[in-house]
Amino acid sequence: MPTILEPTIFELSSPGRTGVTMPASDVPHTDLPNENLLRSDLPLPELAEVDVVRHYMKLSKFNYSVDDGFYPLGSCTMKYNPKINEDTCRLPGFLYTHPLQPIETVQGNLVLMFELQEWLKEISGFAGMTLQPAAGAHGEFTGVLMMAAYHKSRGDSKRTKMLIPDAAHGTNPASAGMLGMSVVTIPSDARGNVDLKALAAACDDTVVGMMVTNPNTLGMFDEHMEEVIKLVKDCGGLMYGDGANLNALLGIVRPGDLGFDVMHFNLHKTFSVPHGGGGPGSGPVGVSQRLVDFLPSPLVGIVEEADENTAPLYGFVTPKNSIGRMKAFHGHFGGGLVRAYTYISMHGPDGLKDISQYAVLNANYLQAKLRGTYTIPYDRICMHEFVAEGQFAGSDVRALDIAKRLMDYNFHPPTNYFPLIVHEALMIEPTETENKDTLDRFADALIKIAEEAKTQPELLHDAPHITPFGRMDEVKAARELVLCCWLPENYETLT
Amino acid sequence: MTYIPISPNERDAMLKTVGVGSLDDLFDAIPQKHRFPKLDLPPALTEMEAASLLSEMANTNENVREHLISFLGAGAYNHYIPSVVDHMLRRGEFYTAYTPYQPEISQGTLQAIFEYQSLMTNLTGMEVSNASHYDGATATAEAVNLAFAQFRGKRKKVVMSPSVHPQYREVIRTYSQGMGLEEAGDDPTVDLEAGPESLMALVDEKTMLVVVQYPDFFGRIYDYTKLIEDAHAKGSLVCVVANPTALLMLKTPASMGADIVVGEAQPFGIPLWYGGPYLGFFTTKKSYVHKMAGRLIGETIDNRGQRSYVLTLTAREQHIKRERATSNICTNQGLLALGCAVYMSALGKTGLSQVANLCYQKAHYAASELSKIDGYGLCFSDPFFHEFVLCCPKPASEVNEYLLANGILGGYDLGKDYPSLENHILMAFTEMNSKQEIDTLVEVLKEME
Repeated sequence: MPTILEPTIFELSSPGRTGVTMPASDVPHTDLPNENLLRSDLPLPELAEVDVVRHYMKLSKFNYSVDDGFYPLGSCTMKYNPKINEDTCRLPGFLYTHPLQPIETVQGNLVLMFELQEWLKEISGFAGMTLQPAAGAHGEFTGVLMMAAYHKSRGDSKRTKMLIPDAAHGTNPASAGMLGMSVVTIPSDARGNVDLKALAAACDDTVVGMMVTNPNTLGMFDEHMEEVIKLVKDCGGLMYGDGANLNALLGIVRPGDLGFDVMHFNLHKTFSVPHGGGGPGSGPVGVSQRLVDFLPSPLVGIVEEADENTAPLYGFVTPKNSIGRMKAFHGHFGGGLVRAYTYISMHGPDGLKDISQYAVLNANYLQAKLRGTYTIPYDRICMHEFVAEGQFAGSDVRALDIAKRLMDYNFHPPTNYFPLIVHEALMIEPTETENKDTLDRFADALIKIAEEAKTQPELLHDAPHITPFGRMDEVKAARELVLCCWLPENYETLT
Repeated sequence: MTYIPISPNERDAMLKTVGVGSLDDLFDAIPQKHRFPKLDLPPALTEMEAASLLSEMANTNENVREHLISFLGAGAYNHYIPSVVDHMLRRGEFYTAYTPYQPEISQGTLQAIFEYQSLMTNLTGMEVSNASHYDGATATAEAVNLAFAQFRGKRKKVVMSPSVHPQYREVIRTYSQGMGLEEAGDDPTVDLEAGPESLMALVDEKTMLVVVQYPDFFGRIYDYTKLIEDAHAKGSLVCVVANPTALLMLKTPASMGADIVVGEAQPFGIPLWYGGPYLGFFTTKKSYVHKMAGRLIGETIDNRGQRSYVLTLTAREQHIKRERATSNICTNQGLLALGCAVYMSALGKTGLSQVANLCYQKAHYAASELSKIDGYGLCFSDPFFHEFVLCCPKPASEVNEYLLANGILGGYDLGKDYPSLENHILMAFTEMNSKQEIDTLVEVLKEME
């Protein structure tokens, strides 16, 4: 029998125990519907509130978070999440408004959304913006739908091919796949740029467009970005920008100015919306002029212009050739848009530029400190992140071992085994919210681990040692597929 | 203000280590003519100023706790959220963590989501639940993706009941644009009283999925057992879009034979928040687990013999399968799944049953009182849970305007989506509506002329 550090909420249940109770009914009683429409049992836990609190407190302590320490997870932008955001997004006026209320009663929400649309357009250089997508991948799907709709509206039906660099996030090809497009992988050159020759060879009149992350997942700003965009546009394709790495570009360059047609934002990366242990995110999408008519519906717009005495009336508008609705209601308003609005309002144009400058400084500083100990396969000035190889000549230590050993030094590991084009990749993104001491301690730990890899490799193979849990048996999880639990008394009947 | 913890001296030392003279020198790779654009944005606010600005914006709204009595539902419901829920969500250990890719230091998130999956399977009666989707509408669209993958594109027809939430049907239409699907039943002009079995006329050997809602968009409770049996006889799968509060009282879709049960879990501890973020739940049979999209947590053991949890069956997902993945979903609604689990645990079996019963009682009291007003009546005679269609003697928009002028947020104007229901309002009732509020509604409607 395995040891159990914390029982499940079902195992903690005791029949007859009650937690939060509801008031008695204040209306005359109505009989329930016919018995054959009712369920016979409700196998849910029974606990007191204190049991619930102690359970979740215990679980919270099993987590490592940005509030605990350094979390240099490449491509995820694990920056500090300002506490004020937690208060503004819970203001009663935001918390307790229904998505279908008449627009006259929710002008505060609509002004916020309208201004955020305008701000994101200004930051990215795009002509149109939707706040509806729920996450980055959802934004990508939105963008790809618009690209397909654009070609279709021109009667250009041959275009079925999406060009995607080999360094791309997995969501890029998956988004194209959802529309049945075929994916053509474009290799990177020796400096981490898109290979122009390969790209030119792939560009023809069957290209929907190209999906590019820039800076790419090696942390490199493509040195030939303008040539890449020209090649794609010359063959009639559209340029998609994956905004996952936008934290490097605020006030530095606007993707719209470079010629991108569509880009999704990750408000949960760049604009400090907390990651929440895996969501909710928020993935607004910006588009160039030629795609504005295809944006999802509805968008927030001015439905009655202002006059001398009254403010404009904000409401919803439907773009002419809209691809339709991406989700119910209007996007991740409370959890995503209010936090991002708060964050941008507190930074202003100079503060936003500071974010990207220091994010890039921190990454280059760490890269400089680790150069010589770790192989940096694409070694030039990086943007907000860089990729090192987690392997050493003559040693069987792998990136995974280094990642796990970092936990013993009280750091969250970098992203490992991504991008796929680097062997034993360690993808390190420090973000701008870390100080020099933290970066120094992290570099020291990695240098010490490199030494340990030579002298005591078993220390790395068995790591982590000081965390409450050790390495998991992932094969067992996939083979046995225990995906839920039941109340103890139900085990017998259900298993 | 910014959150950058680096002093000018430290910055200069770091620039020296990097080997560049200034911060601007780090950006030589950016095309010069586009480098360092001047952004036309309002100047930076301090925290104090931002707090005050946001407060002002929020106060411009009329909310359903302080200003308006609300009977509006239609997919988002005003329920009481016990205090403990937000206290747990505000733990930085939970909300500032990433997706649990490193299970050794993410057991808090992993066990909590495993428990969420368990709560959802126990609620719906299904065998497996994933770790959540963006919302109920996208979860329903993912059910279409599952069916499409299950039949490998050989069956391409989806039959949707017109009494599935109009926005959910709209999202399915958006999602399936590249799949070449045939969509049937998605027609708001049909006879809305025909009953669920009338859908069978549309189900044939090409049908991969039938989608119904429970209770349906009009609040009606149908037993779908016969429909599901007949659809199965044609080889089709059936997806039931369920309201989780109703499932606390009503027969489970699993016991009717459903293959997929999805829905919007916002009623379980998530604020209205002007429409999001919410929480799409997705449950199905174990045999479809490999075709299901989204994150999945499974139980295992660590190298110290301790029970623990990991993300499992990741080979289905986009970062491994890339363009061959069932879906591109990456982020789920992790924190809200946790909130849902805390809500369900804090109320527990007893409190949750009380919530369901209160919703039922209030709605039925309101229905009986409203029916007594001249010209008003219930549109359908079927059993209902906490939502029903009120037939009015005037256009719904006029009734709602009058109610709003009296501080009441009326129901959903059905004429916008169903041409035959121009004078009809969908009204929702929860434990938040007191008898006094319902009586006020009745009084105000009586006074309207």
